[in-house]
Amino acid sequence: MVAYFREMFVGLWSLVAGMAVTIRYFVRPIVTVQYPRQKLTMTPKYRGHIELIMDPETNTHRCTACGMCVRTCPSSLITVEGVKVKKKKLPVKHVIDYSYCSLCGLCVEVCPTKALKFSNEYRLAGYQRQDMVIDLMARLDAERATVGLPPLPIPTPESEEETTSAEEKA
Amino acid sequence: MMLEPGIEEKTFYLNLGPQHPSTHGVLRILLEMDGEFIANSEPVIGYGHRAHEKMAELRTYQQYLPNMGRVDYLHALAYNHGYCLAVERLAGIEVPERAEFIRVITSELNRIASHLLWFGAYLLDLGAFTPFLYCFDDRENVVDILDRVTGSRLTYCYFRFGGVRDDIDDEFIAGCRAFITRLRSRWQDYDDLVTKNVIFINRTRDVGIITPEQALKYGVTGPCLRGSGIPYDIRRSEPYSVYPLFDFEIPIGERGDIMDRYVVRLREMEQSLRIIEQALDKLPNGPIMAEKVPKRLKPAEGEVYAAVESGRGEFGTYIVSKGDTKPYRIKLRVPSFSNLSIISELIKDTLVADMVAILGSLDLVIPEVDR
Amino acid sequence: MIVALIGVIALVSVNALFLIWMERKVAAHIQLRPGPMEVGFHGALQTVADAIKLIGKELITPEEVDRPIYLLAPIVIFLPVLVLFLVIPFAPNLIIRDLNVGILLIFAFSSLTVLSILMAGWSSNNKYSVFGAIRSIAQNIAYEIPLLITAMSIILMVGSFKLSAIVAAQDKVWFVVIQPLAFLLYIICATAETNRAPFDIPEAESELVAGFHTEYSGMRFGLFFLAEYTNMFVVSAVATVLFLGGWRGWILPPVVWFLIKVYAIIFLIMWFRWTFPRLRFDQLISFAWKVLIPLAFVNLLVTALAIKLF
Repeated sequence: MVAYFREMFVGLWSLVAGMAVTIRYFVRPIVTVQYPRQKLTMTPKYRGHIELIMDPETNTHRCTACGMCVRTCPSSLITVEGVKVKKKKLPVKHVIDYSYCSLCGLCVEVCPTKALKFSNEYRLAGYQRQDMVIDLMARLDAERATVGLPPLPIPTPESEEETTSAEEKA
Repeated sequence: MMLEPGIEEKTFYLNLGPQHPSTHGVLRILLEMDGEFIANSEPVIGYGHRAHEKMAELRTYQQYLPNMGRVDYLHALAYNHGYCLAVERLAGIEVPERAEFIRVITSELNRIASHLLWFGAYLLDLGAFTPFLYCFDDRENVVDILDRVTGSRLTYCYFRFGGVRDDIDDEFIAGCRAFITRLRSRWQDYDDLVTKNVIFINRTRDVGIITPEQALKYGVTGPCLRGSGIPYDIRRSEPYSVYPLFDFEIPIGERGDIMDRYVVRLREMEQSLRIIEQALDKLPNGPIMAEKVPKRLKPAEGEVYAAVESGRGEFGTYIVSKGDTKPYRIKLRVPSFSNLSIISELIKDTLVADMVAILGSLDLVIPEVDR
Repeated sequence: MIVALIGVIALVSVNALFLIWMERKVAAHIQLRPGPMEVGFHGALQTVADAIKLIGKELITPEEVDRPIYLLAPIVIFLPVLVLFLVIPFAPNLIIRDLNVGILLIFAFSSLTVLSILMAGWSSNNKYSVFGAIRSIAQNIAYEIPLLITAMSIILMVGSFKLSAIVAAQDKVWFVVIQPLAFLLYIICATAETNRAPFDIPEAESELVAGFHTEYSGMRFGLFFLAEYTNMFVVSAVATVLFLGGWRGWILPPVVWFLIKVYAIIFLIMWFRWTFPRLRFDQLISFAWKVLIPLAFVNLLVTALAIKLF
């Protein structure tokens, strides 16, 4: 009989203790933010999709269209096309299909000229699949525009035969 | 309540899943019900099969790295660790000590995140919504800390063969220390809200008992095994990385019921905090990547097995190499699969409500079962 | 009478909309989040928007349901709820009908919800729904007994079933002071009667998806929802009358005091929901028979003895 009542009392007390916890939290300030109106800043190392680094000295990219990123990508989603201008290879097209990207970062690591970095972009939404295809050269042009520079001139090959496509898959 | 011939029509079938709130993924359990009691049951898996093992055969060793964050997305860094460990053993790569420390710290943080998520989701199974969001509040801290160094919030791809991708900074260390203090101050609330709650105790005490014999028979590992009283933890019994340098306990249960598994997980989080604390104190300086790791890894012919302790149990990677840049075959030994296989035996002759409680207590990640 | 009916319907809808908003706010703040914030001031119109959405939705009738019963169930759950408002004394002169058997009428009609739950669960032709319905009946029968017995101990003290008479009897001291155990038992039983957590077994979402109303959509589901919140108001109003002195209070008008007390009890019930895990079905039933009913009986006996002696 005593055990019956003690058990009941202990049980009731545990419930009261639980309610004390919730009421304490009830009067605490909230911890969430109202997302579209308030935004949190991403950490500097946050890995969004890749983009070309704008070299602060030359105000252009460092890509040589070598195709290492294309070959190393596990999902084969990078397309790079380059042309030879004065014995130097330059990209004319650097496009990624972000919808396949698993953000492993291998392309950034493997780049011999360290031309790629991760963007801080996390608000990506689109109405169709094509919206997720990101043109890195266009993004670089947009970045150049913010410092008042015109878009990069499209490099023209010296002769047709030298046009190389780096679309080899790893 | 064994089925006798001739009374089959007394039972009926209930499909629990593939879409059901308490299966946490696309698991289907076919239940043969006798009223509210489960007469027989059969888990049906494979709805989330993504062919991770087959993918390994078509990719180079490096290219398989991002997959590891996706087999078990809740404790992704343990999977990173397991795979890197296997490849490093295969190719004979030495990992610098600082990298090992960083691996341990991040992996233990991730273990806490995984256990916290289990804690919340499990209480959600039992019908308490609020602890779920308190846990997510705490887990958010871990995710933020890991985000600072790994660059992603869930599917980490951070470890590399021979080290880690990025070094940790002072802000990371300060964040870790703040988190340790914060989480320790929360145990009291969790105890008051959940552990001591009479309803919770009644739901979990002496329910879903796994005997040590059963656990060994089915190859159950992780907190489920330790809850049954067998102190088997890969970090201790088959030490890898720098775990032997740290002082931590292996919490075990006595009865093997849900409550024991719950307590084991809670105490494991505290042990993880201790490991992180010690690792931060002892953190050496030095490189974070081994020198001379070839960009196109081509390990010699051979076979290797490496196991790590993930939040759910023993995660093993078995690699067969034929001396190519791509592995010949990779077999992933995932803990959830063996932990799930015991379910039919556990839920026999229990109520549906108990079945939900037992299923949740095993801490299954269904995509990991299917791989 | 017509005015009263319109008034009741208006009260029921406004009250339900307010309670849903309140529930979401209480839940949100307990869980350290703001809750609805977008529609109206602090999301005050959110539930109105939700109601409009529910009304606009297509009413889906699954193929193999028992059509007449399936269609009748939401109406059957909602109608008795309206009757209950007939006898609730909001203020000394704000009672639609001050019946002599007011409290009996409330208990009689609120039991009808079980019938509707059974109809909904059975006719849905869904195993989860049947489970929900069967559990609900067992639960409601188990919890109605202690509920009535605790109410009986108050009625013994007052000597009347009339709600206004019960309020009048509390002019010196509220009954919660004299009968704290009865109040506690009543609150527990009321929570169970309204199928609220931790006693929400009939609609335990982690086991039974949504229980008896799994197959209902649109405004039919809305009616179940409306009835649940209105029932909550009714049991809280009865608790106010029985234990908290009804409309009695200082300075503020009586009706305001009545509503304050009712919403305080509702807050308590919501607070339960967002704190506790759910009981298992068999534990729930044995709790009713082994703990609540004996305690209620003892309480009744002690009350009767005390009345006889003093």
